[in-house]
Amino acid sequence: MSGYNYSLNYIDELESEAIYVLREVWSQFQNPVILFSGGKDSIVVTHLAKKAFYPSKIPFALMHVDTGHNFPETIKFRDDLIEELDARLIVGSVQESIDEGRVLEEKGKNATRNALQITTLLDAIESNKVDCAIGGGRRDEEKARAKERFFSHRDDFGQWDPKNQRPELWNLFNGKHFEGEHFRAFPISNWTEMDVWNYILRENIEIPSLYLAHEREVVWRQNSWIPKSEFLILEDNEEIVTKKIRFRTLGDITITGGIESNADTIEKVVEEVSAMRQTERGNRSDDKRSETAMEDRKKQGYF
Amino acid sequence: MSIKDNQLLRFTTAGSVDDGKSTLIGRLLYDSKSIFEDQIEAVESTSKKKGHEGIDLALFTDGLRDEREQGITIDVAYRYFTTPKRKFIIADTPGHIQYTRNMVTGASTANAAIILVDARHGVIEQTKRHAFIASLLQIPHLIVCINKMDLVDFEEEAYNNVLSQFEDFSTKLFVKDVRFIPISALMGDNVVNRSENMSWYQGAPLLHTLETLHISSDVNIVDSRFPVQTVLRPQRDEFIDYRGYAGRIASGIFRIGDEITVMPSGFTSKIKAINGPNGELEEVFAPMSVSMTLEDDIDVARGDMLVRTKNKPEPSQEMEVMLCWLNSESAKARTKYTVRHTSNEQTGIIKEVVYKIDINTLGRKFDDDDIAMNDICKVKIRTVKPLMIDSYRENRVTGSIILIDQRTNETVAAGMIV
Repeated sequence: MSGYNYSLNYIDELESEAIYVLREVWSQFQNPVILFSGGKDSIVVTHLAKKAFYPSKIPFALMHVDTGHNFPETIKFRDDLIEELDARLIVGSVQESIDEGRVLEEKGKNATRNALQITTLLDAIESNKVDCAIGGGRRDEEKARAKERFFSHRDDFGQWDPKNQRPELWNLFNGKHFEGEHFRAFPISNWTEMDVWNYILRENIEIPSLYLAHEREVVWRQNSWIPKSEFLILEDNEEIVTKKIRFRTLGDITITGGIESNADTIEKVVEEVSAMRQTERGNRSDDKRSETAMEDRKKQGYF
Repeated sequence: MSIKDNQLLRFTTAGSVDDGKSTLIGRLLYDSKSIFEDQIEAVESTSKKKGHEGIDLALFTDGLRDEREQGITIDVAYRYFTTPKRKFIIADTPGHIQYTRNMVTGASTANAAIILVDARHGVIEQTKRHAFIASLLQIPHLIVCINKMDLVDFEEEAYNNVLSQFEDFSTKLFVKDVRFIPISALMGDNVVNRSENMSWYQGAPLLHTLETLHISSDVNIVDSRFPVQTVLRPQRDEFIDYRGYAGRIASGIFRIGDEITVMPSGFTSKIKAINGPNGELEEVFAPMSVSMTLEDDIDVARGDMLVRTKNKPEPSQEMEVMLCWLNSESAKARTKYTVRHTSNEQTGIIKEVVYKIDINTLGRKFDDDDIAMNDICKVKIRTVKPLMIDSYRENRVTGSIILIDQRTNETVAAGMIV
């Protein structure tokens, strides 16, 4: 035993922590689901869930809030993964929420369905009797998230009250709740963007090709390359060009901006991210609306 | 050594509004190049608006709108940075007296604590309180940063004063490793870069200290404890009789073939196989998340603990606990609480308040049974069924509990078993 070092490296420690959180969720809730966006963070959470319950299959359904403004690649990726995992998929449709008159579509050039997702998500949580929605949120993403708990309590309106969160000490999580309330759980709270990429590389996790550099028709808007899509309305002074780009985060096709890049393998992406001087959400126009945009959406029940 | 072999160090910072804590964290992040350009631009523009010359480093750790409006921090915020040597998680906690509960929360998972002392004022009551909490929560490493050295002309005397003042009262504390570093967070002296203004200081700057603290031996590798989180019973033909006990090793080491006892039932068996996140393993240790199978088909459920047969924790229904009250509603006599200990939960009551700590003098107050928010006291707790406990001093995982109010479901207290 002497000379042997009984310590984990940081990626193994983060992995162990995330697996522990996922097992706590499974043990403390009746009907937990993974909020699956098709983005790398929710893919990593799903991968960790596979490990946490091996050799059992993953015990959580995957819930996807479909804005109708997806990258086609995201939907294909989602369906392939569901098949591979033999898991259940729950889809909450923003289009249905609009059709049912639950929400109103935004108008204008920068209209997005981002805010509308909140209603669809909360409706899907309620109608499926979900008591815990597991997300890929990380504390390093945005300042409103720096104080987020692993187990985050939502009231019976699905809202997050930053002043009424349970203290979390050691690794003793308290998921007790009343009928109608639910929790969000964030197994990779302590991971940074870099950690996620290093883990994807190490574990050889499959991710949508959108994250790797590829040729695409785009328009320059709000400091990033917005992809051409059926929803894009061009301004007079804007023009479509073809660029080699990749995406750092994946949201709606209408608001997710790409960056110019030649990183067409995960190795190159890791290299590029480590040299990166802009935060990843810097290319998301939904966060640019005001200084507290994320915090406001979060209070209403955003992921 | 490649980056992937780097360790993770969690540290907490305690300080009050004016001692430069936010500036120090901002300085660590900024000088270690952990801040992105768009964040720097945002802070530069806010600094200008507020009439600061240059960049106000404290703004990097500015959080939710509520506290931006109030100008104070209301809770624990977590920050991240990485150097070529380590990954760091900062639990950033406000330090005034009413925030004892936040400090306790931030300290609960920390390997190290940074305590800030204003070089002009020396050790004050608040410093003692912070050091006491670090000691109570058994943070293995304490780093006392004597800040604002630029305001005392970088004189060694201010540093020496703090050293002797600190040593006067720290004999009552239980901290294994205490270090003192003279810094100026504002000017950057001895934070990331060595100070050119204090040649009398021979020690390492703060970041280098954080990068080289020896933390491997902080984990208890002697007492093998494995609280079972959940039982894996795959509904697949090839695993028809499989019963895997899944959990995170609280302390110690387990190997295939080890003789184990299941607590509290007392059944014994041997470890047949161990699955780690990447396949089968011969030997596993804290804090790995694993699943184990046993030679014998015995009854094991969530809340049970697998331990080495030759080294068992004490099953107890009565325990003395150092309790920190976290809730705005005071503790009630004869009220039932859920006592959460590892993956185990039992109903319990606070039987008796032995004494309360006066957080200012650190003296003991007897005959005061009222337990209110931010109080720290020694109590006796009785549970309906036994918990498999160790003392917190020996084991931070199997020595800690929380109390949950059964009426509100809120976490109302944190406890360290004496």
